[in-house]
Amino acid sequence: MDILPILSTLRRHKITAWLLILEIALTCAIVCNAVFLISQRLERMNLPSGIAEHELVQVQLANIGNRSDAEARAKTDLAALRQIPGVTQVALVFQMPFTDGGSSNSGIKLDPQQQEDTVDVTQYMGENLLSTLGTRLVAGRDFRPDEFVDLDAAVTALHSGNLKGLPQVLVITQMLAERLWPGQSALGKQIYLGQGLPFRVVGVVAHLARPNRLSKGVEYSTVWPISMNVAQGASFLIRCAPQERERVLKSALAALKQLDPNRVVLQKRTYDEARHAFFANDRAMTGILVGVCLALLIVTALGIVGLASFWVAQRRRTIGVRRALGATRANILQYFQTENFLLATIGIVIGMALAFGINLFLMQHYELPRLPAIYFPVGAIALWVIGQLAVLGPALRAAAVPPVVATRSV
Amino acid sequence: MFAYYLELALRSLMRNRALTALMVLAIALGIGASMTTLTVLHVLSGDPLPERSNTLYYPQVDPRDSAGHDSDKEPMEQVSWTDGKNLLQAKRANRQALMTGGTVAVQPTQSALDPFYEDARFTTADFFPMFGVLFQYGHGWNAADDDSSARLVVISSALNDKLFGGKDSTGQMLRLEGTALRIVGVLGDWRPNPHFYDLNVTNYAESEGVYMPLSTSQDLQLVHDGSVDCWGNGGAGQRPDHSGTCVWLQFWVQLDNPAQAAVYKEFLVHYSQEQKALGRFQRPPNVRLRNLMGWLDYNMVVPGDVRLQVWLAFGFLLVCLVNTVGLMLAKFMRRAGELGVRRALGASRRALFGQLLVEAGVIGLSGGIGGLLLAFLGLWLVRQQPTSYAALAHLDPWMLLTTFLLALGASLLAGLLPAWRACQITPALQLKSN
Repeated sequence: MDILPILSTLRRHKITAWLLILEIALTCAIVCNAVFLISQRLERMNLPSGIAEHELVQVQLANIGNRSDAEARAKTDLAALRQIPGVTQVALVFQMPFTDGGSSNSGIKLDPQQQEDTVDVTQYMGENLLSTLGTRLVAGRDFRPDEFVDLDAAVTALHSGNLKGLPQVLVITQMLAERLWPGQSALGKQIYLGQGLPFRVVGVVAHLARPNRLSKGVEYSTVWPISMNVAQGASFLIRCAPQERERVLKSALAALKQLDPNRVVLQKRTYDEARHAFFANDRAMTGILVGVCLALLIVTALGIVGLASFWVAQRRRTIGVRRALGATRANILQYFQTENFLLATIGIVIGMALAFGINLFLMQHYELPRLPAIYFPVGAIALWVIGQLAVLGPALRAAAVPPVVATRSV
Repeated sequence: MFAYYLELALRSLMRNRALTALMVLAIALGIGASMTTLTVLHVLSGDPLPERSNTLYYPQVDPRDSAGHDSDKEPMEQVSWTDGKNLLQAKRANRQALMTGGTVAVQPTQSALDPFYEDARFTTADFFPMFGVLFQYGHGWNAADDDSSARLVVISSALNDKLFGGKDSTGQMLRLEGTALRIVGVLGDWRPNPHFYDLNVTNYAESEGVYMPLSTSQDLQLVHDGSVDCWGNGGAGQRPDHSGTCVWLQFWVQLDNPAQAAVYKEFLVHYSQEQKALGRFQRPPNVRLRNLMGWLDYNMVVPGDVRLQVWLAFGFLLVCLVNTVGLMLAKFMRRAGELGVRRALGASRRALFGQLLVEAGVIGLSGGIGGLLLAFLGLWLVRQQPTSYAALAHLDPWMLLTTFLLALGASLLAGLLPAWRACQITPALQLKSN
C-alpha cells in the first residue's frame, strides 16, 4: 500500500487531521497514566495483612468515668469471651492492620549513639496478640507470660528511664528484619528506643502490616509484650471460624453487656468490614479512574467514527473514480485503514511523550513511581486496535461505493 | 438575522442527529466532570472563617532534644503542656487559646436514651470570642472559670436538640463521665470547614458536641484524642502527658495586624532562647508563625485524590473539546459548497462567520446545560461516597456562575476555529468543483 497519496490527501485536511492526532495523543497520555494509577490502587488494596482476616471480629468498648479495677475486669471479660462456643482465641489489642484511627509508632535505632532514627515502626501490643491474629512465626518464639508488662507501668518506666519496668524483648516482621540486618538472622539482635534503651529480638513473623501511615513501610511492624485493658483504649479481638463470626459477635456483645452494663459499645465489626472501610477511598478512586478511561476511549472512538464518516462522504466521488479506474474494494478499505493507522501512530508517539511528562508531574506531586516501560507498547497496541475498530464501519461503507458514482455529476 | 441563523443552525443540526448528539454529549460530559471535581475542590479549600482568618495565627516552637537535629527541619506541629501553659499565661497576643480534642461519655438523665459518646473540645476561655463562635443561648466562660477548673460546659445545638429538644438548656446539669457539669451556653450554627483548629482529629468533620475548660478536663482526668509526638524518653498512654516531653495540644493566637505578628514572632524566638537557657530546649530557636490559611496549606488539608480528580476531569474536558472541534470543522468544511453559494450570492464573510458561530453556540449551550445537569448528578454521587467531606459537596451560586462561563467559553472555543476556517473558502472554487 502506498502511503504517499494518503499523506497528500491529509495535507489538504491539515487542521482536522491534527485535531484527531491531538485527541488520540491526549487520550493515550491520560489513559496510560490512569491505568497505572488503577494498578497502584489495586496493588494497595490487595496488600497482604499477614493475619487470619476472615476469622476475626472486633468489639471496642469504653467505660463511663474512671475505674480502678480495669486490669481485673479485663481478665474476667477475656475469660467470659473464651467460654463462647466456637471462639478459639481472644486478645485485647490496641491496633489491627489496615485500620484508621489511632496507631502507636516510634523511631528505632541500631546503635544507642545514633542521632537519626533508622526506621519508623509501628508498635503492636496486647497479650495473646500473635496467636489471635494468626500470624506465622518463621523464627524464634512467641512471648512467655512472665515477659508481659502493663501499658501504664511501661509508660511510667519509660519516663524515668527505668529499664526494669520495661519489656526486655520484642518480635519483628521478616521485612523489618531484612531492612535492619540484611542477610543475617535477627534473633538475639538489639534495637534501641528513645535515649538508647535496648530491646532484644526473640521472634520473627512472616507478615504483619501496619494499621496506617503505610508510606513509612507497609510491614515495618514490631510486637511488644505489653498488656492493655479497655480503659487504655484496647479492643477485644476474637478469633473463630469464618461462618461463625456473626453468631460469635452477637454472643460476645451479650456476654460483655451482662458482665458490666455501664459501658458503651464504640465498635463491633468483622475484620473484613474494617479492612473494607480502610480502603473505601481507594475503591472509590479506582471506580472513578476506570470510568474516566472508558469515557475517554469511547469519546475518542466515536470521534474517529464521526470524522471518518465525513471524509468518506466527502470523497464519495473520488472513491467512485478510483473504483472505476480498477481499484478493488479491498484497496479502498485498506486506504482508510492505513490512513487511520498513520494518524493513530503519530498520535501515539506524541501521546507517549505526553504520558511520560504527566508521569513525571505525578511523581513529583503524588509520590508515584515511574511508569513501567511495558505501558508504552501495550497502550500503543490498545489505541491502534481501537482506531482500527472505529474506522472499520466508515471504511466498509467507503468500499461499498459503486464505480458508477464516478459517472454521475452531483 | 439572529433568528434566521438560529433556524439555519437547528436545521443543520437536525440533519445529522447522531453527530449533533455526540458533540453535545461530549461537551456535557467534559463540563459535568470538570464542574463536579472543581466544586469539591472549591468546597474543600475554602476559608473556614472568612472574616477572621487573616488575624488568626498558629505559633510553633521546637522543644525537642538535640537527637536527630537538623537545622532546616520544621518545628513540632503541636505544643507540649508546659509550653502551651507558658505561652497562654504570657498573654502576648490579643487573644489566645490552648486546646485539645477528646471523647466523653454523655449520660442522659432521660431513661429513654442510652449513654453515648460525643466528641469534645477541651479549651480555654478565648476560644469563643477569638473564633467568632455564635451562641444560640447563654455564652462561653471566662478566664476565672479556667483558673478554678469550673465544672461547666458549652454544648452544640445538635446535642441540645438531642437532649433537650432544642429548648434553652443553660443552667441545667449534664452528666459526663460520671460528673455533673452546668451548661452555660448552647452554640448556634457554627461549623467551620475545614476543621482548622485541630487537623489531627479529622479534617472535615462535624464540630464537637461538648466544649469544656481544659483545666476541668485535666482535673477529671479525661482522655484526649488526636496525635501525640514524644521525644527522648517521653511516651504516652491514653492519659495526657504533663511532663513536657510530648506535644499534644494546639495553640492559636489572634494578632490584628502584620506588625503585631512580627512582634509575636520575636517573642517566640525570645521564649525559645529563654527555655534553652533553662535547659528545657536544646536546639537553637526554631519557630514558625503561620496564619490560618498558611497553616491549612502547610498541612495539605485538601486530599491529594481530589486534586488528582480535578486534573483528570480537565484532561477529559480537553479531549472532549478537541473531539468536538474536529467534528465541527469536518462538518463545516463538508458544507463548503453551500457556503460558497451563499458567499457568491453576496453574504459577507462576517455574516457567514456569525451564522456558523450561532450553530457552534447552540451545541455549546446545550452541552453546557447538559453539563450542569451532569454536575448535579456527579455531586449527588460524591455525596454517596464514604469520605468525611462527602456531605459538603454542593453547588453554590458562585460555582453555578463558573459553570455557565466555562460552558460558554468552551463552546465558543470549540466553534471559533471551525467557523473561521470555513469562512476562508473561496466561493469561485467551490462553485466550480460542483
